[in-house]
Amino acid sequence: MAQSETPPSPDGTKRRDLLATGTLALGCAGACALSVPFLNSLKNPAATPLSDNTLEVDLSTLAPGQNMTVQWRDWPVFIQRRTPQILAALQAPGHLATLRDADSKILQQPKDATNWHRSVRPEYGVLIGVCTHLGCVPTFDKPSSAPDAEGGYFCPCHGSHFDAAGRVVQRAPAPYNLPVPPVTFLSDTKIRIGHSAGDPGFSMSDIQQI
Amino acid sequence: MPSPDRMPDTEPSGWLDRRFPVTGFLRREYVAFPMPRNLNALWSFGAFLIVTMAFMIASGLFLAINYTPDITQAFASVETIDRQIPSGWFIRGLHMGGVTMLFACLYIHLGRGLWYGSYKAPRELLWLTGLGLMLMIMVTAFAGYVLPWGQMSYWGATVVLNAVHAIPLIGHPLSELLLGGETLGNIALRRLFVLHFTMAFAILGVIALHVAALHVVKSNNPTGIDPTSPAQTLPFHPYYTSRDGFALCLFLMVYAGLVFFLPGLLTLADNYIQANPLITPRDIRPEWYFAPFYAILRAVPSRLGGLILAIGSLAVLFALPWMDRSSIRPATRRPLVRFSLPLAFASFILLGIAGMHPPTETWLIVSRVAMAWWFIHFLLVMPLASEREIPS
Repeated sequence: MAQSETPPSPDGTKRRDLLATGTLALGCAGACALSVPFLNSLKNPAATPLSDNTLEVDLSTLAPGQNMTVQWRDWPVFIQRRTPQILAALQAPGHLATLRDADSKILQQPKDATNWHRSVRPEYGVLIGVCTHLGCVPTFDKPSSAPDAEGGYFCPCHGSHFDAAGRVVQRAPAPYNLPVPPVTFLSDTKIRIGHSAGDPGFSMSDIQQI
Repeated sequence: MPSPDRMPDTEPSGWLDRRFPVTGFLRREYVAFPMPRNLNALWSFGAFLIVTMAFMIASGLFLAINYTPDITQAFASVETIDRQIPSGWFIRGLHMGGVTMLFACLYIHLGRGLWYGSYKAPRELLWLTGLGLMLMIMVTAFAGYVLPWGQMSYWGATVVLNAVHAIPLIGHPLSELLLGGETLGNIALRRLFVLHFTMAFAILGVIALHVAALHVVKSNNPTGIDPTSPAQTLPFHPYYTSRDGFALCLFLMVYAGLVFFLPGLLTLADNYIQANPLITPRDIRPEWYFAPFYAILRAVPSRLGGLILAIGSLAVLFALPWMDRSSIRPATRRPLVRFSLPLAFASFILLGIAGMHPPTETWLIVSRVAMAWWFIHFLLVMPLASEREIPS
């Protein structure tokens, strides 16, 4: 194999150094490019525009004051039918002073739910039941005759309180209001979760925290 | 080349080599390794096979992440991979196109060995491990084809498993081991998934054996005369690394063309219909790489006979190093084999074409003639040529 060896030049470079380095560099670049689709495939497919992530829910059986839970995109979604008492409690000035973000300034809901009742129609509230503190599922406290019990959500993990519109109280460890999913009313008693007619550009990936 | 044990401590690889001689091994086996000077392009197909295997394992692992081995969900999970998983279509295309590239290279690699007599002493073990790999890849490909649970998956598997039933004595116990029941169902799908997954890694192990055996006996070459002096060889690096590298670029272009431009070419539309145990598709066809064996199964008017001949068509290859007693390796220097072996290759291709067509009278006759020549070549011509032939 003596004939295949070229004598090294004085500065230590060899004849094929450029070729070898170039080939290696291009090979590595190719391998990196090839790894992109592989890593890409590990992304959440539900976040791709190709997937249909809407859920239709029939509300005709929901009585005033009642709360139901459905599953949408692996999240629990609370749907409540509000009584006039609940709606009155949501607007009480004394109550608003106890909330962190009473006017829903932080992006935790579509535009058509950025209002005092945090929903498309005041009569129905739709919230994603994932506590913004550390992700537990809050429970619904029915409104009762006891004072200060106008109905709301209570997280069993670290004691965060949310009012019936999902707004977090100031003394709670949770930093943000409960997220509101995009909702469209198909009829008076039927909603589609996953698309908002009032805010078509809304995406769950844009909100502050879920 | 400095030997690894005499490598100075000042070199970074010296420290590692005194503890674990890996760089010395690589230098000996992949840099300085003596290769014949006169190898032609057909000697690159082994490298293609290794690269394709790497693609198969990588894409297979990422497919397995998203696949559900359950008869109610398998089909939908494959559709999800194709339509919803980001880049899923590409990874599945890579896996499906890879099967075709794997078998194409495998058959060419094998044909190269037949033509240049690479199975002869001292390379019998190389030949046998290679044939073993082929059988393992066939089993793996079969198991993998069932996984999407489409109509072709289901009915192809049903046909094969009924063929296993036809084996006397061991047929029923064997198919029960595979199926876990009377028919193809959930238990079978899960077993085939595990079989597919496990075999992939078993194949890697046998590839290591195959390559280790190659590095002991060294490569054959087109003249069939082993190099006797260092002047007749070239070091593996940079001569064959750059040449295999160039050939790989061409190979990857074909592979990429298949994945990106012709993904539908090698799949059958019927396999995009979920398996239905009540309806067999009208024109059931095997994948092209199984077509020659499928043609043999159909050409023999006896269930057991067809099975024996289909298995026999592979078994003759295992026996070849002992059937062919001639010391002359390449067919180019053997007047009889030079004539008979290309006809055997043509028979294999004809059987493949016949297997892809409906079993009309013409195709049955073609299959029978081709099959007859395949056996005549290996069982009659090769032993006789070893004795009668005058090498040119």
